[in-house]
Amino acid sequence: MTNVLQYAWLVPIFPLIGFLIIGLFRNNLSKQMVGIIGCGSVLLSFIVSVWLFSNVNADEAHVARYFDFISVGKVSIPFAFQIDQLSAIFLLIITGVGTLIHIYSTAYMHEEEPKHFARYFAYLNLFVFSMLLLVMGANYVIMFIGWEGVGLCSYLLIGFWFKRTDYNNAAKKAFIMNRIGDLGVLLAVFWMMQKFGTVNFTDLFAAIAKQHGEGTLSANDPALVGITLLLFLGATGKSAQIPLYTWLPDAMAGPTPVSALIHAATMVTAGIYMIARSNIMFTLAETTSNIVAIIGLATAVLAATIALKQNDIKKVLAYSTVSQLGFMFLALGVGSYTGAVFHVMTHAFFKALMFLGAGSVIHGMHHEQDMRNYGGLKKYMPVTHGTFLIGCLAISGVPLFSGFFSKDEILMGAYANNPVLYFIGLAAALMTAFYMFRLYGMTFQGKFRGDEHHHPHESPKAMTIPLVILAILAAIGGFIGIPALFKPNAHALEKYLAPVFEGSAKLAKPHEINHNTEWGLLIGSTIVILAVIAFAWNKFSKYQKTGVEETGMGKVLENKWYVDEIYNAAVVKPLLGLGAFFNSVIEKSGIDKLVNGVGRGLQYLSRQFRHLQSGVIGNYILIMVAAIVVLFLLGFGFTPDIKAIKNLFGK
Amino acid sequence: MILVSLILIPLVFGLASFFFKGNDAPKTFALIASVLVLATACYAISLPPGSLTYSRSWLSVLNSNFSLGTDGMAKILVLLTAISYPIIFIATRNNQYKDANQFYALMLLTQAGLMGVFLSTDCLLFYFFWELALIPAYFLCSKWGGDKRIQVSFKFFIYTFVGSLIMLIGIIYLYSKTSDHSFAWSSFTKVVLTEQEQGYFFWFFFIAFAIKMPIFPFHTWQPDTYEQAPTATTMVLSGIMVKMGLFAVARWLLPVFPQMAVKMADTVMILSIIGMIYASLIAMKQDSIKRMIAYSSIAHIGLMCAALFANNAAATQGVYIQLFSHGVNVIGLWIVANAIEQQTGTTKMSELGGLAHKAPVLAILLVVMALANIALPLTNAFVGEFLMFNGIFAFKPIFAVVAGVSIILAAVYTLNMIQRVFLGEASAFLKVTDIPKNTVIALSLIVVMIFVMGVYPKPMFHLGEQVMGWVTAK
Repeated sequence: MTNVLQYAWLVPIFPLIGFLIIGLFRNNLSKQMVGIIGCGSVLLSFIVSVWLFSNVNADEAHVARYFDFISVGKVSIPFAFQIDQLSAIFLLIITGVGTLIHIYSTAYMHEEEPKHFARYFAYLNLFVFSMLLLVMGANYVIMFIGWEGVGLCSYLLIGFWFKRTDYNNAAKKAFIMNRIGDLGVLLAVFWMMQKFGTVNFTDLFAAIAKQHGEGTLSANDPALVGITLLLFLGATGKSAQIPLYTWLPDAMAGPTPVSALIHAATMVTAGIYMIARSNIMFTLAETTSNIVAIIGLATAVLAATIALKQNDIKKVLAYSTVSQLGFMFLALGVGSYTGAVFHVMTHAFFKALMFLGAGSVIHGMHHEQDMRNYGGLKKYMPVTHGTFLIGCLAISGVPLFSGFFSKDEILMGAYANNPVLYFIGLAAALMTAFYMFRLYGMTFQGKFRGDEHHHPHESPKAMTIPLVILAILAAIGGFIGIPALFKPNAHALEKYLAPVFEGSAKLAKPHEINHNTEWGLLIGSTIVILAVIAFAWNKFSKYQKTGVEETGMGKVLENKWYVDEIYNAAVVKPLLGLGAFFNSVIEKSGIDKLVNGVGRGLQYLSRQFRHLQSGVIGNYILIMVAAIVVLFLLGFGFTPDIKAIKNLFGK
Repeated sequence: MILVSLILIPLVFGLASFFFKGNDAPKTFALIASVLVLATACYAISLPPGSLTYSRSWLSVLNSNFSLGTDGMAKILVLLTAISYPIIFIATRNNQYKDANQFYALMLLTQAGLMGVFLSTDCLLFYFFWELALIPAYFLCSKWGGDKRIQVSFKFFIYTFVGSLIMLIGIIYLYSKTSDHSFAWSSFTKVVLTEQEQGYFFWFFFIAFAIKMPIFPFHTWQPDTYEQAPTATTMVLSGIMVKMGLFAVARWLLPVFPQMAVKMADTVMILSIIGMIYASLIAMKQDSIKRMIAYSSIAHIGLMCAALFANNAAATQGVYIQLFSHGVNVIGLWIVANAIEQQTGTTKMSELGGLAHKAPVLAILLVVMALANIALPLTNAFVGEFLMFNGIFAFKPIFAVVAGVSIILAAVYTLNMIQRVFLGEASAFLKVTDIPKNTVIALSLIVVMIFVMGVYPKPMFHLGEQVMGWVTAK
């Protein structure tokens, strides 16, 4: 009997069909049909994913091979999917959250013309397809197909409203910064092929474990460090980490559900997926792991500081996402792979919830995104308010909400590795609580500060129902990862994922924290977080528009540490300048002058020979053609004695 | 005989075309001829390579034979040549030319020349066809080109002609050194040369081929020519004719100078890679779509040349597959450029903008072409580029790293082009309706090839792996 997991291709095929139908018939389909096809295809994928999830083999990964993609000489890359615990979890997140966001979009995008409405859903389905390839691919190349595919869809969706030049610029920036990372992934793939002869996950990781066991591959092998660093470069692009994070806040130019799906819940976690998938390499390459942890933590702090001073509701959420992704990389860096995946999941719930909530607010506020013009919205939008509050509590890590469990697991992992990491991480977590409740206070509490004539209104059911479902998940989702501190052996997620991280778990140095210390840290951090929440809630519920410009540090933060400006001056301008220099100086005055000089020399010579020749190039060619024809005829028919010619070349 | 007919059909039809009158008759006639060639080519390709040889005494005094043969690489290029012409004729059907009969006659003659270049197994014959392909192209540029056509086609001609002459000297010298005084490929590859001779004559051939490709710094004829030549000719030049240079390197240079190929690999690859980065940076600064495509093409060809010298199976197979992919993709880009020019009268990005509103079908097709141009996975170009970069990395990782920067730069200039031409607010001055049916048909054919080869490249690999039947046959 064939394994049911062989049917894994069913998962991506539905969104692909949806994309093709909507894309090809976009001018003929009604909005309703587009909505049904768009949502239905992802829902079908979700159903198949649940079916696969329940059939995942407990002991070993199933690889479903379909055909040879590239097979030349030593290079052999099959088109194959790998279904194991890790990909199954991601499948559920992508198709589950994806379905909710598709449903939400039918209402959010309702004002669009039918053809643009269809274009939107075509892109969204294509995105889901690519994202599924990314997490299902059984080797780095198939993963890379999805990896670039999601980048393309992200580009198309950020620039969805393509009349706006700044939106197009944001889209382009996202694609190009991702491409920088993609080059890293490609180079890593080549390196792996050269060093290990394969890029299939199962073969590669088995080979590495074997070589390490035999002692031929040392723990901090330079090749391994190089490969993992290049992979991490790719991850910093896709998952918006230092130094390639600046595209993500700009990506908020896309429609808000896109921000929820692509730029919060799924695509940006691809880097985490990849590193978790390659856990054995990263565990062995200790240097890289340390760098991953430091970059992750630095990003978490940097983005959190910027979020403190943003006034655009989506920008706050964007920097918050960058910051939360930083936490996930911190987890990966300290070897807490389960913690990272756990946080990917809970973050998908609460951040998708908050983006959709922000979308609901923007929808109700007639496209106003500046929080200074909000205020008192809890009265007008009760469902949005209630669900958003749950999201804020979850991300801040208030006990028993989902974020509490996952963030705690990460911070504890950091403490076990190095207490300094823990305290810096805690500082970032406190800033998170602060800016989230700043956002909450400015938006929902206090008095309405907007235009009195535009009364804000609650969003339709298609938008609020996904909010409610996500709010429930954000509230209780953490219980699949109950720490041993509360109840031994209750961490369901850890047990489930154990086979995936088995190889690296054996290699990792055990870190144990004393239970008393853990209780102390937990209680201490909870108290400070609650205090910060109370402070921010109180302060920003009374927010009044002042019109006073920020100065000093506030201004630096509001301007995002001027990183964009620095990149512009340090990279973009010099490259364009170099291009201009090559174009106008070297190309036109250098090489071409030289060539033209030779040409003019020839022309001069031809003028000297004018008595003999006409000087018209066409005539030369005519003579040449004639000569060739004569040569041709000579060969086929007429063969005079040309011994003289033969002698020329010598015997 | 089937191989001869690949050359004869376009030659005979081309000559016959001179006697047509009017505008439409030569167009239809040329299209029929090109479809006939395509059918013949498809049949020829389906045959095993061993059964595909033709040899007849030609210039018997010089011991030069009219001998043709084919291997995987030649088959791929024959297929490319055969597929490209019908697509070009369909796509440019609405373009009006003065003396259309002559235009189409010369176009068909270039096809005859190209087929001959890819099929010849005799070096003198190869040279003959090399020139036969070049000369009609020169007339096409100088008669039907843009405002600066005379100056530009003069440069084009001198450039490539100088290259050809140098090569001819090389051919004659090698001929004098063959043991059996023959121009046959099999004799040329057995020539024993001293190290010094190799050192000189390697460059004689390489420069001729480098000009044709073109490789930095021999490339300055190209952007001018592409911009000034009539678009149909530019498609032939950039889609197929530049492949002559790469083909010649693989067929004549590497097998004849194997030691030099290894010794000079670093130099050639560095030149190619400098050219890639250089051309990509310049492409970013272009305002004309045509010049941008030209520089982008220089970058892509540079990669193929570097990969040829990487001397490993993966890279070589990547080049073979990319010869075809780049050909159809760049023709697709030109078709888009032509459609824009036909509708708006300009190809300057600064004068365009917002075309996506008015011509959504064209916009979608352009985006697909652009994605193939930046080698996105599941497009045909990814397969070739992946293998080539892989091969270059295996040769010297640092080369792959530097060359890889061009991947990023390609995204920069290609997305810039999309944005400046298609996105943003529509310019009020431009009168655009969506593209005509014939252009849609031509581009759709290319789109199908892009994705079929991008998802399932196996048949192409299969073709490329065929060794030279005529080597063993002879």
